[in-house]
Amino acid sequence: MRSRQLRSRDMLRGDLEGEDLERYVEERVVTTTLAKLQHWAQANSMFPLTFGLACCAIEAPISIVTARYDLARFGAEALRASPRQADFIILSGRVSIKMAPVVRRLYDQMLEPKWAISMGACSSSGGMFSNYAVVQGADKFMPIDLHIPGCPPRPEAVLYGFTKLQRKIMGNTDPGWRQRYNAAGTEEWARGGPRSEPSPEEAAAYDAARELVRA
Amino acid sequence: MPDAPGLELIRGEIEQNHPGAVLDTSFDRGQAALVVDPEQVLGVLGWLRDAPGQGYRFLSSLHVADYLPAEPRFGVHYELLNRDRVERVRVKALLRDPGALAAGPVTGEGPAGGAAAPFSAPPPRHPRSSVEGAADDPLPVIDSCVELFPTAEFQEREAYDFFGIVFRGHPDLTRILLPDDYVGWPQRRDFPVGGEPVLFTYNEHDRG
Amino acid sequence: MVETLNDNTTTEVMTVNIGPHHPATHGVLRLIVDLEGEVVRDLKPVIGYVHTGIEKSCEDKSYWKVIPFVERMDYVSYFFQMEAFCGAVERLVELEIPERARYLRVIFLELNRIHSHLVWLGTTALDLGAISMLWYCFRERDRILDLFEMATGQRMHTRYFQVGGVIEDIPLGFEAKLREFVADMPVRVEQYQALLDRNEIFLSRTKGVGIVPRERLLELGVTGPLLRAAGEPWDLRKAFDYLSYPDFDFKIPVGTVGDGYDRYRVRLAEMVESVKIVEQALGGLPEGPFIADDRKYVLPPRSELPTSMESLIHHFKLVTEGYRVAPGEVYYAVESPRGELGCFVLADGSAKPARVHFRDPSFVNLQAFKDMSVGGYVADMIASLGMLDPILGGVDR
Repeated sequence: MRSRQLRSRDMLRGDLEGEDLERYVEERVVTTTLAKLQHWAQANSMFPLTFGLACCAIEAPISIVTARYDLARFGAEALRASPRQADFIILSGRVSIKMAPVVRRLYDQMLEPKWAISMGACSSSGGMFSNYAVVQGADKFMPIDLHIPGCPPRPEAVLYGFTKLQRKIMGNTDPGWRQRYNAAGTEEWARGGPRSEPSPEEAAAYDAARELVRA
Repeated sequence: MPDAPGLELIRGEIEQNHPGAVLDTSFDRGQAALVVDPEQVLGVLGWLRDAPGQGYRFLSSLHVADYLPAEPRFGVHYELLNRDRVERVRVKALLRDPGALAAGPVTGEGPAGGAAAPFSAPPPRHPRSSVEGAADDPLPVIDSCVELFPTAEFQEREAYDFFGIVFRGHPDLTRILLPDDYVGWPQRRDFPVGGEPVLFTYNEHDRG
Repeated sequence: MVETLNDNTTTEVMTVNIGPHHPATHGVLRLIVDLEGEVVRDLKPVIGYVHTGIEKSCEDKSYWKVIPFVERMDYVSYFFQMEAFCGAVERLVELEIPERARYLRVIFLELNRIHSHLVWLGTTALDLGAISMLWYCFRERDRILDLFEMATGQRMHTRYFQVGGVIEDIPLGFEAKLREFVADMPVRVEQYQALLDRNEIFLSRTKGVGIVPRERLLELGVTGPLLRAAGEPWDLRKAFDYLSYPDFDFKIPVGTVGDGYDRYRVRLAEMVESVKIVEQALGGLPEGPFIADDRKYVLPPRSELPTSMESLIHHFKLVTEGYRVAPGEVYYAVESPRGELGCFVLADGSAKPARVHFRDPSFVNLQAFKDMSVGGYVADMIASLGMLDPILGGVDR
């Protein structure tokens, strides 16, 4: 602390020169590209849409804004009821066939940039309800940025998902598990089944995908 | 619940007022049920509600069950509750499916002749399932009890929505839980559950 | 309380669509309201936006697999759906559940009732503008969920009740934590009352709002706190004496007028009564098995599996095919936080139920909504909707 005070005094007097001055400025001023700054600001001040469908709605958006699992500490406290003012939508609950057009309309009414989190098993993949009435995953009709597994996911899981989304917005998307555990090329084929070996086209496609992932 | 003798007494009294209404009684596992003729169901319900000794003025639930391999196929259940004596009684009205009768005999297998149990294995997939041609099938009809029990309004709409049972005299018989343009009666036993098969590596190409 | 209009103004009835996405409808409820100014002239609820086809899915699953499905209907009072279904199947197979299981079930049911009323109070007060209630109520709710997690592993949708009893005994330390909660809860309820009971804004928004006469409520099939607030002391726990409720000494709070304020008071009083029940159940919790012994329907304890061939066979049969239930049908109702929750199970002799139907209280109570709102203001309609406490998962199933 004392040494910093001395350096500030030096700078104000005009005594710091050249390298010292450059180092002084670097320590104190953040330099970055405008895009990164914009993304950082966006990620830390998201306005969620108050949208709850079913059971997951009790955990989010209601439970994560309460005091124990505070979403406000990540900057997403201001829940907005109107999609025009909201940044991201958390699909919390099962999407029935009657509700799907409504959700799509809400998503369309949101302004760019917008993100969608599919919370829970039901909106990610239809969940346990593999029947006529539930859309088997919200992916079927709208783009989803993040899926959170669970039935219902704990509020901590939703918060973790939210921070993952923040990292995605800021540009450093978390690596997928195949990258993280160096597990590329571990796809298994059912032994002895009709397709024990991939066909040449499929093998080529998988190789290409592996290259992309590794890049 | 009214016990078995009490149930027979009720049957006797209904016979006096509405002859031929009660087709059967059953007292199974502590629950009393009266099987009535669908055409006279309003009379029986009204009597159970208004007759001085009875007073089953609360309709707990109105729901339908599909007894598919057995005919008649649809059972409309009225769960009545007498709050003063804390007794429940169930009134069942069994309806046939006019669509199936129009289609002709079912070509599925089943035990020959009168089976001992009313149910056999889960019904074979009917070649003319309830999905196709559902809009043209004639539907089973029964009187609506909304005048007697206003609580039945939503519940009859639900029965119509899921089974296709038309309630004569209902103020607004439209679909309630499914989208308005949905075709088919999902809760019928021969309607498929739907959904998608889970994709694994061995079958992901079967999806096309 | 609608003021008369001037003679010079002309009015027109405007049809407004509220929902299904709306911050103040409790879930995805859509209301088509005919408004004349601010006065509601006609109201039509449109539901089905979270219809999940649970009843149809249940026909495809063995009986014990149905339990997680039916839990997710009324997603705030999940133990009650489990109890309704398990109770119905126990009546079908004529299985007696042991004393300890009955007490444990009552403890969890009453905790769930407190949980449901807390969620209701938090969200309804939020609708009416008393935003801080949300944080206080959810703080208590998190304590209840901690208890659930301790005993069952899950916060919501615990799959704790099975046919024959409960799936697991309560762990060590649960009783102590529950006693702490039980000691704290009445104090909290008093604090909530201190915040809201004499709050002028809350009073003016709920007093005299949404009154429906008792006979009309009975005609419409409304049960639960709505009916009790209107003055009718009807509660299935006292009427039908199921589980171990006869062993406990508790009162049924009953209102007088049946407006929003009475409904609020009835539910708060119910919370206090539920705490009393939990206290008594905890004090009198009998020792013994927590699930019935009948190996035809209940899994044998895992410790027996390596040594007893019969247990292994029973376990195998129950897990793969499930138990078969003799043909029959039964209707069994419990008192859920919203009213009479009835479960109808039709068994056809196979391992899967042929029909599972739930008489959901919110579905039937919603029919009273029109009576409550027509003739009043839109703001009163929102307050009535809060006091009606519909949970759309139960309405739509």
